[in-house]
Amino acid sequence: MTTHLHIDWTSCDGRGLCAELLPGVLDRDDWGYPVARGKTGQDRTDVPLREADREAAREAVLLCPKLALGLVERTPPEADRRRPGR
Amino acid sequence: MSQTHDIHPQAGRTGAPSIGAHSNRQEPRLLAAGTDAAWTRHLDTFGPWEPQAAAAGLLEALAAAGLTGRGGAAFETWRKASATAGSVRKGLLAARPVVIANGAEGEPLSFKDRTLLAHAPHLVIDGLLVLAAALGGAGMYVYAPAPSLPRVREALNERPGTRRVRVVEAPGTFIAGESSAVVNMIANGTAVPLDQRRRLSESGLNGRPTLVVNVETLAQVALIARYGPLWFRKAGTATDPGTRLVSVSGPASVRDVVLEVPGGAGLSPVLREAGMDPAAVSAVLVGGYHGRWVRPGAHVLSPAGPTGSTVRPGAGVIHALDLQTCGIQATARILSYLAAESARQCGPCMFGLPAMASILDRVAGGERNHRLVPELDRLGRLVSGRGACRHPEGTAGLVASAMEVFAADFRAHLSGYCAGPGGVAA
Repeated sequence: MTTHLHIDWTSCDGRGLCAELLPGVLDRDDWGYPVARGKTGQDRTDVPLREADREAAREAVLLCPKLALGLVERTPPEADRRRPGR
Repeated sequence: MSQTHDIHPQAGRTGAPSIGAHSNRQEPRLLAAGTDAAWTRHLDTFGPWEPQAAAAGLLEALAAAGLTGRGGAAFETWRKASATAGSVRKGLLAARPVVIANGAEGEPLSFKDRTLLAHAPHLVIDGLLVLAAALGGAGMYVYAPAPSLPRVREALNERPGTRRVRVVEAPGTFIAGESSAVVNMIANGTAVPLDQRRRLSESGLNGRPTLVVNVETLAQVALIARYGPLWFRKAGTATDPGTRLVSVSGPASVRDVVLEVPGGAGLSPVLREAGMDPAAVSAVLVGGYHGRWVRPGAHVLSPAGPTGSTVRPGAGVIHALDLQTCGIQATARILSYLAAESARQCGPCMFGLPAMASILDRVAGGERNHRLVPELDRLGRLVSGRGACRHPEGTAGLVASAMEVFAADFRAHLSGYCAGPGGVAA
């Protein structure tokens, strides 16, 4: 099980607090929305966290003004890589 | 799309047993009962039907058959159904699961699902009933666009065992068929995708384990429930078993047609069967607006395989571009449409797609700026993977394929000329 930072894009407004709290994990895009550094695909919505970043991530979840973040525990086997549905 | 679509246009023409050039034509399975099949003709064609009995061992049969979803993602049907069944077992209070027959066909170039619902609604309903029974009596919904609803209701009314099936109208938007948008529409009346912190198979409609299945996939489920996985595998290849419906369209002179083709079918034979000459086609859009442009050449349709020789059929859209049409302009029109169809919920999609569309419009319009293409590529990579649904990466994938397949056209545009008429004059 790995802790992932889940970004709810339907709530995110690009305020940027999370990128300030997790500068090594998140960058900001042209419009201010978070971008997971060095990640592709689903890892950009459920961002895998290193142990050292967990505390800051917890803080980001609590402080996000749009309540757009959450921590989820997920096993990352290949079967999980592909999401069903379009 | 308001015009009617032919099924197997050559069927009436051949008459005699198929030989020679027609030897690899697929016998119709899904549309075997012919046009507008009513309940009695359906039973005459496919045989008697007891969903409860057929439900025993269904998930195992689907696994052995290797059926994949026909709505776009080509995810294994048994895996999706088993995940839903697993969530039912895991719950403290067993929540009754839900199965939704998804007939929303927002892809502008797709018409195979409405064709299936018009002519073989009973096969779709068979699949819905047996899958719901296999999940221990799941709730049942049919979600379909307004023009398909009278036929669906008529079919439900003329057969037994469908009193509990609810019918919900799907809006005509591009994104209305995305599985979480389907759930959102049924629950809240808004067909836009939901954030999926938990999968729909765990928590979907009203928190219930939910299985959203394309209508063609359900019709295939009904056939597997009746005739078994070995029969199913008699068509197609080991890696892409069974058949699929494709919506084939092309230049204005070519009739739109729905064909049933075996898994692993070659793209060129499919174009020929639809009445087109592959040599007169510059490129083919395969899979839909989230699909890929390819040269007709030697590609086969299959959900898996090397990208140089296979192309994913996605939602079954096959659209041919004639030699006179500019691929950049065609892609620019699609991209503008996709940008406008963003649900405008997720920032990267809401801002990124219009930004991409505006850049491709500038290239299509003949702006000689060598920074445009790298910027388009950068934006495509930037938006991918960042949204509640796959609209951003689906769109970026189409644009990336255009940059590859129409590379010469991009060079031409940036040098101030265009191969197509109505483009930037030479």
